[in-house]
Amino acid sequence: MSVRHAMLALLSEGPSYGLQLREEFEARTGDVWPLNVGQVYTTLQRLERDGLVVSEGDEDSPQKAFRITEEGMRELDAWLRTPPDLSSPPRDELVMKILIALRVPGANVSEVIQSHRRYLVELMQQWTRIKEDADPADLSLGLAVDAELFRLDAVVRWLDAADGRIKRAAADAVLADMRPADPGPADPDLGSTGLAKTGPLPRMSLSTSRKVRTRR
Amino acid sequence: MSNTPILELRAVSKSYGRGDAEVHALREVSLTTGAGEMVAVMGPSGSGKSTLLTIAGTLEDPTTGDVLVGGQPLAGMSRHGKARLRRQTIGYVFQDFNLLPGLTAAENVSLPLELDGLSARKARLAGLRALDGLGLGERSGHYPDQLSGGERQRVAIARAMVGERRLLLADEPSGALDSANGEAVMRLLHGACKNRGMTAVVVTHDAQLASWADRVVFLRDGRITDQTGPVPGPESLLVTESDK
Repeated sequence: MSVRHAMLALLSEGPSYGLQLREEFEARTGDVWPLNVGQVYTTLQRLERDGLVVSEGDEDSPQKAFRITEEGMRELDAWLRTPPDLSSPPRDELVMKILIALRVPGANVSEVIQSHRRYLVELMQQWTRIKEDADPADLSLGLAVDAELFRLDAVVRWLDAADGRIKRAAADAVLADMRPADPGPADPDLGSTGLAKTGPLPRMSLSTSRKVRTRR
Repeated sequence: MSNTPILELRAVSKSYGRGDAEVHALREVSLTTGAGEMVAVMGPSGSGKSTLLTIAGTLEDPTTGDVLVGGQPLAGMSRHGKARLRRQTIGYVFQDFNLLPGLTAAENVSLPLELDGLSARKARLAGLRALDGLGLGERSGHYPDQLSGGERQRVAIARAMVGERRLLLADEPSGALDSANGEAVMRLLHGACKNRGMTAVVVTHDAQLASWADRVVFLRDGRITDQTGPVPGPESLLVTESDK
């Protein structure tokens, strides 16, 4: 979330004071994203330094109003049209935990997945309760809550898919063990990392698959 | 409102087939739901969700364990007795609506009451009231094929709630609907629980729909493996005055 551009968007409607901007920001985002005063003023100072806003009134007064410049308007317009960087997947903590759980001796991956699933569904219940009680005319809150629900839902779906994929891999491994022995090549990755195999997933390895570049 | 649980499953197991072909659909499932509570049952395909619903709805008997509806044990109840319990106490909502195409919305809703012996006039009035309550008063004379998917499901919900039914069982009730209509259906079901004291058990694989429930139960390989805790208030998620 770019506070910098949110400030520009609010100022595009007319000059405003820092405190007003904070209140407006929180109201427009359905009171879902809190913002502290320091963050607002630091952002405004940087915008002013970059020539995207100008301040009006007494330099030393806390009641300094800010106005967007023409350059600020151009910057805002360009930002609205620029797609966010979704080309490489984020380095997701939950994904890492599940991948690591696969390698930890004795870890019950299905239980690990379920504990995260339950937490996510509980969070979704809270958001849904907020939506249920919200004024239908509060469009900002409705949109912000929907965004959270769809985001959490996608994570739950990934957990469901991961659960199914791991279960199938385990079943395949059991079937493979029942077939006549085939010495095959040793798995160099498991040997070199020293990480233990997890239950019936003997050939599962992070490094045998193609690498996925992640971003922080 | 009494404290008697509306639905109680005690160590219910269900298996099909015998010997090597035996399939355990449910294993020792215990679930108690009170008046006004909405419970969602989540789980992957084949986890036993639909079997749980058919047993709770008296459409199938458990292999072992006990089922009580409104405090009445189903074991030993005659077929006729179960049919009466279904008509009077239990309403069903299905993914594909299951409305009778040759009947209007009002006739679909009033049919269960007529079958239960209520006069056609009284049944029709109750049906119209139920439709009106769900915002379908003006569509009561329409046939199912003249209604949108969302409207059809609302008729099905009206049919499930009409009369004095206390237990509503729903199998993927918004699976065939878009997200806005799906949300409307879940809002109605949760509203019926909160405002009318109905109990609802909703089976779904969809976390967004399940999140409307007061409690979410997770089913896997025929067992209840986990459930959510009480839902906290909005304070933990929204900006409050004390944050400012």
